[in-house]
Amino acid sequence: MKEYWQEISALTMRWVLRLSREKFSMLFTLVQPMLFWLIFFGNLFQRAADSQVTQAPNYISFLAAGVVVMTVLNNGLAGGVDLLFDKENGFLERLMSTPIHRSSVILSRFIFVMTITSLQVLVILGVAFLFGVQPATGLLGIATILVIGMMFGVGLTAISMAMAFSVKSHGDFFSVLGFLSLPMIFLSSALVPLTAMPGWMSVLAKFNPMTWAIDAVRPLILSGWSEALPHVAMVVVVMLVFDALCLYGGAKAFRRAMG
Amino acid sequence: MDRAIAIDVSHLSKSYDGHRAIVDISFTVQAGEIFGLLGPNGAGKSTTLRTLITLLTPSSGSATVCGLDTVRDPDRVRRLIGYVPQERAIDRFLTGREHLELLAALYHLRKDEANKRIAELLKLVELDAHADRPAKTYSGGMKRKLDIACGLLPDPKVLFLDEPTLGLDVQSRLRIWDYVRMLKARGMTIVMTTNYLDEADQLCDRLAIIDGGIIKTIGSPVELKVGLGGDIVSLTLKEADRIMGLESALKGQPAIKAVRTTAKGLDIRVESPEKALPVILESANRLGCSVEFIQYNRPRLDDVFIAHTGRRIEDPALSNVE
Repeated sequence: MKEYWQEISALTMRWVLRLSREKFSMLFTLVQPMLFWLIFFGNLFQRAADSQVTQAPNYISFLAAGVVVMTVLNNGLAGGVDLLFDKENGFLERLMSTPIHRSSVILSRFIFVMTITSLQVLVILGVAFLFGVQPATGLLGIATILVIGMMFGVGLTAISMAMAFSVKSHGDFFSVLGFLSLPMIFLSSALVPLTAMPGWMSVLAKFNPMTWAIDAVRPLILSGWSEALPHVAMVVVVMLVFDALCLYGGAKAFRRAMG
Repeated sequence: MDRAIAIDVSHLSKSYDGHRAIVDISFTVQAGEIFGLLGPNGAGKSTTLRTLITLLTPSSGSATVCGLDTVRDPDRVRRLIGYVPQERAIDRFLTGREHLELLAALYHLRKDEANKRIAELLKLVELDAHADRPAKTYSGGMKRKLDIACGLLPDPKVLFLDEPTLGLDVQSRLRIWDYVRMLKARGMTIVMTTNYLDEADQLCDRLAIIDGGIIKTIGSPVELKVGLGGDIVSLTLKEADRIMGLESALKGQPAIKAVRTTAKGLDIRVESPEKALPVILESANRLGCSVEFIQYNRPRLDDVFIAHTGRRIEDPALSNVE
């Protein structure tokens, strides 16, 4: 067990070191989602969005939950990128030729992606706070939001890693990534509530796990525990199933890639 | 277990997606020797190596490293081996020292033990002055040295080198050869792949020539060259009509092993040129053959490769990426 921990912490530290060497990338990673979506999109649609439809005091407070989950989505789907580069340049092979638990590499990546994502979510909630969005459920609510984010993030990161281990080149990886990410956002309750969507879109959006995550995070920010709890309970169940499926697929892809 | 055998490969085959990368190969590597797998790109060298370091599961057959089966006991095999991959498997953002620190943790070394060994290795590969610079600032030769230091970090019983000098300049190449010889002198067993004939010739105690996933021949470079059946004396005669006469005069002489006619003369395979040359020249004089040109060749590994595979290793048609 001590050896296992030594491996995981050394591998996680590698991701941290890498990020710290890429100062620009770190800044942009942290700033991009909230900058584009919360500040611009939120303010842009402040008047265009009907508060009767969004059921929120203003559009930014409605959008905050969406931006939180979108951040989880982006980070999760990109979570396998570094492993993809490790696979392509032979570093992964070098790691795998050492007497480590096969899962250490994967676990270190999960820990790193979840930590960065949680920090970003906190930054987003902080910026939203500056625009007057105060989470109705307080600190415990924020902690719950982080847990939901992590549960969703685990599945997404597993999908991303499965792709990283399966694709032939990183060009393929980025094409699929670009193709997945926007429809996932549009076919969810991130930007408008399901009730305001065209019928066919709202049907599709119901099958999107992102919608379930947003529908639990939103009342935690806007309403309060009594309204949020049933959604939170529901999203935990949905995410357990989602994660189980994604982890199963990821493990299979990993085993196949490792011969 | 025979202590002298470090690696035992028995009827090993590996196929991917219907493509047979290696087919029924068997060989042993003695402890303390440098064993080479020589062949063109795509010959199956890297597949063999990856199977030995437990990264690939064979389709059939088996392999042991220090008596441990690579499939049944992969974790214990990994504890005994070091691996230097073909690609520059370097994280450009990490410093040289950080690479070694990461690997030290993956080999579960204690911090003090790790620091001591890292300092020794950095000195050995002459990277101590550059240890705290990110690897992206390293030259190709420096990256390769770091690669080798990484492979040596676990103080392995067997070191696997995949194309150790591919793409390096001459000076770096010679330096790497020096390291490999020094490691052998310390008693390490080394298995390397290469598609450079001179590298195989200079470094390897024994080598297997592999082509199309099949081992064509195994032996020491000298054995393989001698196995071709002696040195070759090539004669070019001024008068082509005398060739046949000289051929029959030479055939059957004790110093001559074989005679073959060429367009302008004869290729004569001889055991010892000192004994054969006087015989050849005397016969030529006797028959009145004027010798225009005489050339004497020791068989090179190149000839061995051609004899066993039917083509040159540098054949550009073969230089696809493995």
